Amino acid sequence: MPTKHLLRIENLHHSFENEEVLKGISFSLDKGETKVIVGPSGTGKSTVLNNIIRLVPPTRGKIYLEDTEITSAKNINEIRQQIGFVFQDFGLFNHLTAKGNVMIGLTKVKKMDKNEAEELALFELDRVGLKDYANSYPSQLSGGQKQRVGIARALAMQPKLILFDEPTSALDPELTGEVLKVMRNLAEEGMTMLVVTHEMGFARSVADELIFMEGGNIVEQGDPEKLFTDPDHKRTKEFLFQLTNLYGEGEK
Amino acid sequence: MNNLELIKSALPYLLEGTLVTIQLTFWSLLIGIVVGLPIAFAQVYGNKILQATVAVYERLARSIPLLVMLLLLNYGLPMLGLRIPIFRAAVIGIGLRSAAYQSQIYRGAIQSVGGSQMKAARSLGMSKMKAFFYIIAPQAIRIAIPPVANESAIVLKDTSLAFTIGVVELLRQGEYFIATSNEPMVIYLTIAAIYFILTTIVNGGLSLFEKKYQIPGIGIEGGHSDAY
Amino acid sequence: MLDIFMEYYPLFLRGLGVTVFVTIISCFSGTVLGTFLALGKIYGNKFVSALVRLFISIIRGTPLLVQLFIIYYGLPAYGIRLTPIIAAVISFIINSGAYQAEYLRGSIQSISGSQLKAAQSIGMTKWQGIRHIILPQALRRVIPSWTNEFIYMIKYSSLAYVIGAKELMTEGKLIASRNYQFFNVYFIVALIYLVVIVIFVYLFNKIEKKVTIP
Repeated sequence: MPTKHLLRIENLHHSFENEEVLKGISFSLDKGETKVIVGPSGTGKSTVLNNIIRLVPPTRGKIYLEDTEITSAKNINEIRQQIGFVFQDFGLFNHLTAKGNVMIGLTKVKKMDKNEAEELALFELDRVGLKDYANSYPSQLSGGQKQRVGIARALAMQPKLILFDEPTSALDPELTGEVLKVMRNLAEEGMTMLVVTHEMGFARSVADELIFMEGGNIVEQGDPEKLFTDPDHKRTKEFLFQLTNLYGEGEK
Repeated sequence: MNNLELIKSALPYLLEGTLVTIQLTFWSLLIGIVVGLPIAFAQVYGNKILQATVAVYERLARSIPLLVMLLLLNYGLPMLGLRIPIFRAAVIGIGLRSAAYQSQIYRGAIQSVGGSQMKAARSLGMSKMKAFFYIIAPQAIRIAIPPVANESAIVLKDTSLAFTIGVVELLRQGEYFIATSNEPMVIYLTIAAIYFILTTIVNGGLSLFEKKYQIPGIGIEGGHSDAY
Repeated sequence: MLDIFMEYYPLFLRGLGVTVFVTIISCFSGTVLGTFLALGKIYGNKFVSALVRLFISIIRGTPLLVQLFIIYYGLPAYGIRLTPIIAAVISFIINSGAYQAEYLRGSIQSISGSQLKAAQSIGMTKWQGIRHIILPQALRRVIPSWTNEFIYMIKYSSLAYVIGAKELMTEGKLIASRNYQFFNVYFIVALIYLVVIVIFVYLFNKIEKKVTIP
């Protein structure tokens, strides 16, 4: 099937112990696009992301990375190298410095030369504004700094796209800004990103498309401005209104 | 003679030895408690001199191998004119060693209950003694159960060292039987099985007790002994 | 007492050398064995996991002395004849491996599962994740238990005396049976153990402070 989509998800289903959390999700992502998934907790937003890199294998449905069908691909580890993942709880390796965290995937998975890996790691840390913290251990970093290391680690693998699983929801409000700024820059540089977040300001100003999910289904998707101001569904309006009230406009 | 028959004929002797092993364990643990508890109190509530003395005792008991202790008690002391019957020598050696480890357990338990509990109790007008018995102890005992179970199993296994000074416990009964049957493997495995059952009972029994009186969120993984 | 030590110190020191050597070999090999056991118990399939569990609980549930006897006196009936030192070292490795497996298991399980997930997210296989991410952290966390185990092993290596392996205790007995000064000789042996253990405790405390990750 000819396609220009970078990532295409078709009729994705997922069940946890008889409970269906995803009831047929389909959408696609083009190169350079940023899409944001919003929706109430427990709607399966994170499950979509976990399904894509098969940290949690999907129950049914197909996922394509470019032309490759990856839901049943044998070489999942190679595919994971091409898709970055940023965790809500950072997922930093606690025994490694910031630099070590960024390097380990390069040296152990990509078998890159150590010096080369170090150079790239420092470059990526610089990109997220953390060059000076290269030798700090995770416990010595603030939450925002940890998350930026997490982003640098994903970037260093030079992925085709990056998945963000609520990257700021474990952070104190005053620390979300620095992480969102890094993400905004990435979007502007043309990185392809799929973001699950409650940050409405970010969604509205950065996303090329907003996907509103509820109850395991996509209720509505489209231009964020339209969804915020004139959505087709009443639920979309209610939810976004509620969230904007709760979290504010966020950073502009 | 096949193995099953061999075990059958050995069992009465081995069980006789098991009884001695249990007695050794019981008396050693008792000495451990009787000596260990006051040591723990001395460490927590005692003055500096008392604390230092007790610390020296602990260091000694934790550093000298039990085997060396037993040999010293059995072969060394008679040279100073002090002859102790072997069963008693074994119990003293094992018990005094255990006391050092048990005191550590009790001390840790008392301290982990915390000074704020003592303060709170005193704020109600309880005496130090009352506060200890009604507030500290009930909590400390629960905390101490898993490590005490572990220590009991260690003492049980360590009683096998009494073999070296001639106490006719489980292992030596086995030796006697091996001397006549010349089937070491079968007998040793049977002995191992008996020990295994005994340690399982000790751990299981105390963990049942623990479950019944549990405070949520407290549990300590057992090792050889905690801390040096 | 000092004169006895001065007269026989080469023998005491030779015995001490064997004691320390046996302890070091047993503890380090025990770590290797314990690592495989712990990994088998946590990550192995049902069969492997159950087998490892049984093995560990049997070793932990029986006296080291009995294990030593099985290996030294039991195995020859099956054509396996070992020298006292080798028999001692093997039984110590097995015993220590079982205990260390439990320390490591606790340590591995205290590292959150999200660490393995994060490792897999950058394309590591499960085994790579265990090797490069989980184990380095787990082994570091287990250091206090390991040093504890080492101290324990110095003391319990004296059991090799029972099968005549020439470590410190055996040398002591040989000296004592020559000069009949049982109390003095055993007292010296006890003192040597005390000094050695105090030194190691001191060293380990220093090392632990050094390798701690902030």
